[in-house]
Amino acid sequence: MSERVLQVLRDKFGDAILETHSQCGDDTAVVDASKWKEICRFLKESPQLDMNLIVDLCGVDYPDREPRFEVVLHLYSIPKRHRLRLKARVGDAEGEGAEIESITDIWPGANWFERETFDLMGVTFKNHPDLRRILMYPEFVGHPLRKDYAANKTQPLVPYRTESEAGVPLEKLAPFGADEGMPFGRKVWGTETDR
Amino acid sequence: MEPIDLDLDENELELPSEPMHLNMGPSHPAMHGTVRMVLELSGETIVKSDVQIGYLHRGFEKMCERGTWAQVFPYADRLNYVSPMLNNVGYALAVEKLCDIAVPDRCQWYRMILGELARISDHLTCTGAMAMELGAFTPFLWFIKAREMVWDILEEETGARLTHSFGRIGGMAKPPTPALKEMCRKAIPTILGILEDGEGMLLKNRIFIDRLENVGNISGEDAVALSWTGPCLRASGVAYDVRKAHPYLKYDEVEFDVPVGKNGDNLDRFLIRLQEIRQSARIILQCCDRMADEGPVNTDDPRVMLPPKEDVYTTIEATIQHFKLVMEGAKVPKGEVYSYTEGGNGELGFYLVSDGTGTPYRVRIRPPCFPITGGLSKLLAGAMLSDIVPTFGSLNMIGGECDH
Repeated sequence: MSERVLQVLRDKFGDAILETHSQCGDDTAVVDASKWKEICRFLKESPQLDMNLIVDLCGVDYPDREPRFEVVLHLYSIPKRHRLRLKARVGDAEGEGAEIESITDIWPGANWFERETFDLMGVTFKNHPDLRRILMYPEFVGHPLRKDYAANKTQPLVPYRTESEAGVPLEKLAPFGADEGMPFGRKVWGTETDR
Repeated sequence: MEPIDLDLDENELELPSEPMHLNMGPSHPAMHGTVRMVLELSGETIVKSDVQIGYLHRGFEKMCERGTWAQVFPYADRLNYVSPMLNNVGYALAVEKLCDIAVPDRCQWYRMILGELARISDHLTCTGAMAMELGAFTPFLWFIKAREMVWDILEEETGARLTHSFGRIGGMAKPPTPALKEMCRKAIPTILGILEDGEGMLLKNRIFIDRLENVGNISGEDAVALSWTGPCLRASGVAYDVRKAHPYLKYDEVEFDVPVGKNGDNLDRFLIRLQEIRQSARIILQCCDRMADEGPVNTDDPRVMLPPKEDVYTTIEATIQHFKLVMEGAKVPKGEVYSYTEGGNGELGFYLVSDGTGTPYRVRIRPPCFPITGGLSKLLAGAMLSDIVPTFGSLNMIGGECDH
């Protein structure tokens, strides 16, 4: 539907648009992370595209790839009724150097989305006015949505009771075993198996 | 008797002039249980506020990466726990978009009926709670009575009152009961009657109106910039409704209006929700007329649908298919998709990434409350301390969804 948006982007930015596709009707452009803000500003301010609503911003972790993280931005234009998914790839295999320019001054609504992506995925947004954790607590270590963060790992602020304190066997209390409740035939990402 | 502070130095009586810091929540009756606000007050005026969420964070997105695609439905229920059916349908539509499956017409009408019922219950809860937080307890009880009627229908259909887990990839868990249409046709006039009573009681109340009118104003441009959607955006005069802008299911075949407000204040947000209940009622009645009484509800696509039970017990192919679907999960084609529906509070989006296995690689939900709550501090700057309660109430923050 909005193939034209991709065409406009390709014409304007050329090499900075690394790849494009329209799977399931969602127009997607993967862009150069260093041009992220410039492209976003163009999308917002160009009268032809007029992307005034930031729908969503999130991160996806691909530990096998380099750069490892994808920052995924969904945009919508209320007057023009077209959508676009913009992606940029950042970070090395260890998750270091995952940095991208903040777009809070283009869309103020990006503020919390960027804080959330920083909190859960560990992507740093440069020049963000208030980059704090938002869903996790300040004492939390690590970024839980990364694939190498074990799903069954816990970081309680108050230590768990020991068996002698509780007076009952605790092996069935949380945290559960690594494979509990899981379908087989699936890839287990970084689950702590030596518990 | 002489006053005891007679010999006190005059200077010591000077009132402090620097702003006062005040914590509101997380356990505060008007904070819906899960939000903390750090307020900077000058007298009773809010200078700055810092809204802190996350007290209800349950790692929804991480949990989804552990099970099969179908096992996300119970989690989706618990995101917005006042309109779980909308989440169920939203997630089902996202996976179906990725698998390129279209469900039969009857199922689409059915999903619309259940979804709009959930929307009614969502708006009734929000408007009722808003009135209650301002001291009007009776309309709240009336609205909850009306919501009870909605829940009775949903209970009859799904077997559960609140967390239905009723959606399935490619259909619904059960076909509609024969009594559905009659129940809807009977309950809706009653619900609308109760609504009218409650509305009459509140909107003629000077105190109630004064607390809402011209409090928490936000312009249309600001609301869009803050990424607001749904009733809160429409109250500011921007008529963006996913059901109209990008019709899914059968929304392009039914008649309904998108109510739009003018001032974007608390009163507009309150009135928009009441109007939307009436529009939802209209949609439900039209769906009841259009939905066929007979016919398939679920798709027959063997990739995602469990085979009929009698085949599972009698044929080896169906047994294997059943086993694989349950144990390994439906194999969703590799790729990514963003699917969006109109939830109770706005655009409810699911961004799914599949690596071709039976387990989601990434399930990202775009909860409508999240950016709306993010804009709360802007709304509160310059307002009075007592304005927090109606303003926060009118946004309808749902902890489960906002905190993931």
